[in-house]
Amino acid sequence: MSKTLFDKVWDTHVVRKIEGGPDVLFIDRHLIHEVTSPVAFLGLKTRGIKVLFPERTFATADHNTPTINQHLPVADPLSANQLKALETNANENGISYWGLGHQKNGIVHVVGPEYGITQPGATIVCGDSHTSTHGAFGAIAFGIGTSEVEMVLSSQCIMQPKPKKMRININGKLGFGVTPKDVALYIISKLTTSGATGYFVEYAGDVFENMTMEGRMTVCNLSIEMGARGGMIAPDETTINYVKGREFSPKGEAWEKALAYYRTLKTDPDAVFDKELTFNAADIEPMITYGTNPGMGMGISHAIPDASHVEGGVTTYEKSLNYMGFSEGDSMLGKKVDYVFVGSCTNGRIEDFRLFTSLVKGKHKAEGVTAWLVPGSHIVEKQIKDEGLLDILTEAGFELRQPGCSACLAMNDDKVPAGKYAVSTSNRNFEGRQGPGARTMLASPLVAAAAAITGKVTDPRTLIEELV
Amino acid sequence: MAYDKFNILTSTAVPLPIENVDTDQLIPARFLKATERVGFGDNLFRDWRYNADNTPKKDFVLNNPLYGGKILVGGKNFGSGSSREHAAWAVYDYGFRCVVSSFFADIFRNNCLNVGVLPVQVSPEFSDKIFEAIHANPKTELEVNLTEQTITILSTGEKETFDISSYKKDNMKNGFDDLDYLLSIKSEIQEFASQLPI
Repeated sequence: MSKTLFDKVWDTHVVRKIEGGPDVLFIDRHLIHEVTSPVAFLGLKTRGIKVLFPERTFATADHNTPTINQHLPVADPLSANQLKALETNANENGISYWGLGHQKNGIVHVVGPEYGITQPGATIVCGDSHTSTHGAFGAIAFGIGTSEVEMVLSSQCIMQPKPKKMRININGKLGFGVTPKDVALYIISKLTTSGATGYFVEYAGDVFENMTMEGRMTVCNLSIEMGARGGMIAPDETTINYVKGREFSPKGEAWEKALAYYRTLKTDPDAVFDKELTFNAADIEPMITYGTNPGMGMGISHAIPDASHVEGGVTTYEKSLNYMGFSEGDSMLGKKVDYVFVGSCTNGRIEDFRLFTSLVKGKHKAEGVTAWLVPGSHIVEKQIKDEGLLDILTEAGFELRQPGCSACLAMNDDKVPAGKYAVSTSNRNFEGRQGPGARTMLASPLVAAAAAITGKVTDPRTLIEELV
Repeated sequence: MAYDKFNILTSTAVPLPIENVDTDQLIPARFLKATERVGFGDNLFRDWRYNADNTPKKDFVLNNPLYGGKILVGGKNFGSGSSREHAAWAVYDYGFRCVVSSFFADIFRNNCLNVGVLPVQVSPEFSDKIFEAIHANPKTELEVNLTEQTITILSTGEKETFDISSYKKDNMKNGFDDLDYLLSIKSEIQEFASQLPI
């Protein structure tokens, strides 16, 4: 029978099917961090059981870590306690642990691929909804709750009903200044924040085929923002070239065996999806969000739609615009920007910093804008320095911080103050996401750069002739 | 973690007719720093419930003495966003045992089922009827019957059925969790692991 890419990977990992219930799904790789794992380890202790396959779990500290002075003790006692718990739990159970200060430390969804933990055709979970990032490699990767973290630690399995399948096709050539982030925000704006709930998405078409792995990761990362559990892209030469030779990638004979498996990972020509959508690359503009969920986005030159033109209740829509301090019909161009955040598991990779730097080069940060540039890992940080980007950024009045999740969810001190406006390359513009009362506009690193230079929402295409 | 058995729940309900209630509203990230599962109910809907100086916001439904009970009725796409199970813990710890909505986000629904909160998905029409009934009389009781898979507005007798897999239904009725099952097939899992392609 014809199968989709998703079917192939899922079916390979089903240990047992339960009548009238979920599948028991084997998990190849398990990533953990300090926030969603301590209660799971406590559960193991209470039951008196050990981690079944410690070599399949990897721990990094990222969510509440500071992004300056990482050599000093963490000042917040609650964060310090959580970080200590991760270290103790990892060490007691023989799990690889990349804590603060460790060379491999960084955002869980950035370091996983960098070290080859992420593999095509694997099942990957983490107690974090943006685990969908790893789908860029043709893996089935999705976020889980802490009860499930406990299940994976103790049995390497979780119990899930098989989701429905959706394919999103985009063909054509992306316009000037249109980045993978814009593609993702465009799709979410069309589907709404719940349009793919219950589905696992495959992205197909030459737009995705032509993307680098970094771009594919940005797209798959945002799958959850339209409600999908995850999204994936069939592995190709770009994928294989990225994976080959990384520290945890298969080597020698194991690599040849893995390669044979990777080559099978594509949707059969006559396989059927529960839902199929097609968009045109040429319709996509640089995007920005104006509301309090990632589905409330539009082309940067558009006006905020009337409640009558959006799906859902008027009350909810008005509540959202009130929170943002915006009105129906407003143009986003020219709106004041107080903070700019470049980073997160969505846009904290080298390509994102290259894009940002390409626009700010030879210009200067606007006075009154606070900019947080936070690399996703030490590897990204080193690349920024080695490629000479840091010198350009410094000259333009920017500083680079140390790796972590930072202002994406503001668990550390990187909080946008109440009422202030931030253009952010992260993934969520929910009320209070970047700090109580903070107002977030999601956008690409290019739109963030244009905002950082001008102090207001600006179409980046008006500031650059061509991209680096 | 084991939880209370669930069979029939009859209770008044708290109405929250807002769409896309996300997990950052259910529990903001700055309250995720505990290493034990205690006290999360205090911070349920923290920023909608309290002002910056920690005084209660009078217009928020959890601060309105007219409303109470073990059932929370939310708008469409309830629980979107993060995978934080803390959101479901906060709902449970506050005292809710059931959340009703016309549409749930996937991970939140899953997390609820794993911690003993029953997610009941109803039609948009029935959701409207529930909101109307509670609006007309805050003391309106709902009956959620897990065995029969029904939810009833007791004042009007209007009833709708809801879906749940037979496996999850048995778990909820008996207070079991998935881990009990997985540990019972450990040797089968170990055998399976040895023959994977990567």
